Amino acid sequence: MNEISLMPEEQYQRLQQRNAEDVKELWDLLDEVKDPEVPVLTIWDLGILRDIEREGDSVIVTITPTYSGCPAMDNISTDVTQVLNDAGYADVKVKTSLSPAWSSEWMSPEGRRKLRNYGIAPPEDADLDEDGLTPDAHAQCPHCSSRNTRRVSEFGSTACKALFQCNDCNEPFDYFKKI
Amino acid sequence: MSDIKAATLEYATRLGDDSVVLGHRISEWVSYGPFLEEDIAYGNVSLDYIGRARMFYTYAAELAADGRDEDDFAFMRNDREYRNLLLMEMPKGDFAYSQVRQLFADVYYTVLLPELLQSKDETLSAIAAKAIKETKYHLRRSRDWVLRLGDGTEESHKRTQKAVDQLWGYTHEMFDMDETEQLLADEGIGVDVSKLRDAWLKMVTDILTEATITVPEDSWAVRGGRTGYHTENLGHMLTEMQIVHRSNPGCKW
Repeated sequence: MNEISLMPEEQYQRLQQRNAEDVKELWDLLDEVKDPEVPVLTIWDLGILRDIEREGDSVIVTITPTYSGCPAMDNISTDVTQVLNDAGYADVKVKTSLSPAWSSEWMSPEGRRKLRNYGIAPPEDADLDEDGLTPDAHAQCPHCSSRNTRRVSEFGSTACKALFQCNDCNEPFDYFKKI
Repeated sequence: MSDIKAATLEYATRLGDDSVVLGHRISEWVSYGPFLEEDIAYGNVSLDYIGRARMFYTYAAELAADGRDEDDFAFMRNDREYRNLLLMEMPKGDFAYSQVRQLFADVYYTVLLPELLQSKDETLSAIAAKAIKETKYHLRRSRDWVLRLGDGTEESHKRTQKAVDQLWGYTHEMFDMDETEQLLADEGIGVDVSKLRDAWLKMVTDILTEATITVPEDSWAVRGGRTGYHTENLGHMLTEMQIVHRSNPGCKW
């Protein structure tokens, strides 16, 4: 049976915002900027890119960190400025906004698919435990799709991921935590 | 500068100091963790705290509006100018000691952050909103470790009990109020931490009891961090933390 994919409200709002912008070409342009830790995802896919505004000749880009200490933010700011500079926008300001706090719900459907193909289980590939945190087992293996998996560590290669291992194919894999 | 603005600057600095000092202490475990995953977990938790400190300091710098930036707050102040809680600056000790301190801190943030989220100050509230989500994960880890060590072998139990006994007297300071914090609590900007001890004590007691650890009597307390009177440990820590920045003033990379 085919599943009907439902888009969470947050994602729908983001998509509406993007389509309604009068600077649509800038949103498209910034699809070139990837997350340095997960290079298959653009900052749009991840939900890090919050807003783009034009004020006269300057472009103001608003981004939000996934986790407080995400060391990728400085890189991302530099990359955003570089891409826009190369496209002829000389005056670029990158602002960091903390509120509303980033949520994994903001990740685009395309981003979730790309994550899985890259070998990282997206947030919805595990049923959360009663506290709403990463469970200790059964995140779906992105390699062989088995649910027979176990959590090896709450904290993976970056703050946004936990480490799992598949009991069937034995491959370790990262799980993108739901927050 | 208005009284409230000055108090908010002081408050943001205190919260930033707590975060950067604890974040640095946790980072000292990197490459010394008992196994690889735990080593990485320490690195992750440390980054969360350092990220929190950056947000508080950036806000403090904005309020100060005297040309200083977040780095000046972290690297260009001496120990007497730091306002962190003493608990945060205690040396990392053994693994049980660090996990017990972490449990005390994680439970503290678990009761503190939902209150800070209600702050009328939008920036403080926004920082709390981010930190709350991270603290849930931190607490689960420190709680699991304290249970495992307390209710583990004879040796791990002994060390955990010793750590609890040694750190207990440093926890009282977390619930002290002074004029600055009272002013902000009255204005709905800061948190009245004196009202949080019961909730903290209940959570900690439940966890320690489950871990077969005896909750100590309140027989002694050390205070002074909020007024800049620190243990000698902070000076040593800052020396290491600040050396690169102070050796290369103004360096950007």
